[in-house]
Amino acid sequence: MTQSVVIVGSGPAGFFAAQAFLSADTPIKVDMYERLPVPFGLVRYGVAPDHQKLKSVTAVFEATAADPDFQYLGNVTVGQDVSFNELTEAYDAVVVATGAISDRKLSISGEDLPGSVSATEFVSWYNGHPEFRDRKFDLSHPNVVVIGNGNVALDVSRILAKTPEELAASDICKHALDALSKSKVTDIFVVGRRGPLQASFSIRELREFSMLSDVEPVFDPAEIDSVGASPEELKEASRMLGILKGFDHPDEPRRAARRIHFRFLLSPVEIQGKDAAETVVFSKCKLEGEAFKRRAVPTTSQISIPAGLVLRSVGYRGTALPGVPFDERSGTVPSLQGRIVGADGLAIPKLYAAGWIRRGPSGIIGTNRECATETAQSALEDLAAAPKSCDPELRTELLLRLRTGSSAKVDIAGWYRIDQMERKAGEACGKPREKLTTVAEMLEAALTLEHAL
Amino acid sequence: MPHIVTDNCSSCRFTDCVSVCPVNCFHGDAERLYIDPILCIDCGACIPKCPVGAIVEDIDVIGSPQIEINEAQSAILPVIMAKQSPLPGAEERRDQLIAEGVV
Repeated sequence: MTQSVVIVGSGPAGFFAAQAFLSADTPIKVDMYERLPVPFGLVRYGVAPDHQKLKSVTAVFEATAADPDFQYLGNVTVGQDVSFNELTEAYDAVVVATGAISDRKLSISGEDLPGSVSATEFVSWYNGHPEFRDRKFDLSHPNVVVIGNGNVALDVSRILAKTPEELAASDICKHALDALSKSKVTDIFVVGRRGPLQASFSIRELREFSMLSDVEPVFDPAEIDSVGASPEELKEASRMLGILKGFDHPDEPRRAARRIHFRFLLSPVEIQGKDAAETVVFSKCKLEGEAFKRRAVPTTSQISIPAGLVLRSVGYRGTALPGVPFDERSGTVPSLQGRIVGADGLAIPKLYAAGWIRRGPSGIIGTNRECATETAQSALEDLAAAPKSCDPELRTELLLRLRTGSSAKVDIAGWYRIDQMERKAGEACGKPREKLTTVAEMLEAALTLEHAL
Repeated sequence: MPHIVTDNCSSCRFTDCVSVCPVNCFHGDAERLYIDPILCIDCGACIPKCPVGAIVEDIDVIGSPQIEINEAQSAILPVIMAKQSPLPGAEERRDQLIAEGVV
């Protein structure tokens, strides 16, 4: 009897898990449930709109989706449309691949003032996530402060810095392009707690700043000397430091419309403002601890940077799924080799996790392939050891109930209709696609075109 | 601007890179691996996986014959999708490359 697996979430981890299940020696049915009507998770809503080549990984996911043993069902919220218990009853294995999109807080005063938001909200806004498309960001102040030293901090800074002409060829949503075209932002401060050697920027993303048309990245090389790095640390970071040193010096006269200031050893203390964020106060830091394990320790010296928009990008965390163990501290589902474990440390039968909800928010698209493949292998081993399958009727009934329920569901054909409509709309304005940004529009595109075709 | 495999891979062939490649763009013969520059999406996941630093971006090695070698060889060799055992002597060669400061 053919066994069946359900994957909750349709981002890279979910699709790589599906790929691994479908390429197993024994045939297996793979169903994927996605909360939104549209698939691909952070490839669609996280990867920057000007990184189209990276987004082309969706071709691999679409090849997986074409497998006759695979079914995609969008607009299904687990815990609402279907309970987690029902999943474990109807499937032989359940893979949680829901990602980690809620953000970590700074836990400082003033953090919740209007104008102080998480970088992911900003990313989700310009990428047209239905829950964030209506957000408003104050781009009337000349300064934006971006707190954090990872690639998301670089993404938001680059999008804020690019000219409307540069952005026009990306798939940035129209509402965001309109708002960014009116932006009065001239100075973007990318601020890290630790030093330049400890930044988590990728070389590739950092280098992009040197190639922008009307932007000058600035960096003071004195920041490198001030941290007292070991020769080994300097060697390890040599490529990144080489790029930073190639940026302009902050004392040089301005030669571009926008400046991106790379600042280090500054720990946010407070966001001040009457009705909205006006100033970010930082403690200057020094580094302590041995090489490769340096910690930032605040000193008594402080500086302030005025800003109309403060974007925090200091890490992400998953959110708990009802009925699934969750570690509040790390924001992940506890697991061993992809098997979800309970409070006793023992694997819970049938439950697996893959991607950021399993490992935490680190690594890039490809990292999830290795992670999800391991998860699928664990599940396949368990399935082979316990070949007794669930009653397949339960899965059939569940799928039928979801498809005929009160709210419309989107299958992979429905996604292709949405995709086609978006590409067509993009073509008209010279973009790869113009995304649909509301659930209602997506459902309409997925369902009504069915009759037209 | 795709990524390429350099000659550092020769005689090592650790193949840790292939398990993180989202698009299966690694091809190989008995000696080493090559990246298909058309398929590579420049995600960079493979770079830190290589124990001998054999994967670089082509713009870091402009003019290198390796760029054409990757393109030509990947077109004719089979895809390597799963990790395989390194070649005999790979560890020694890695240690030697590290000692020489190449890695």
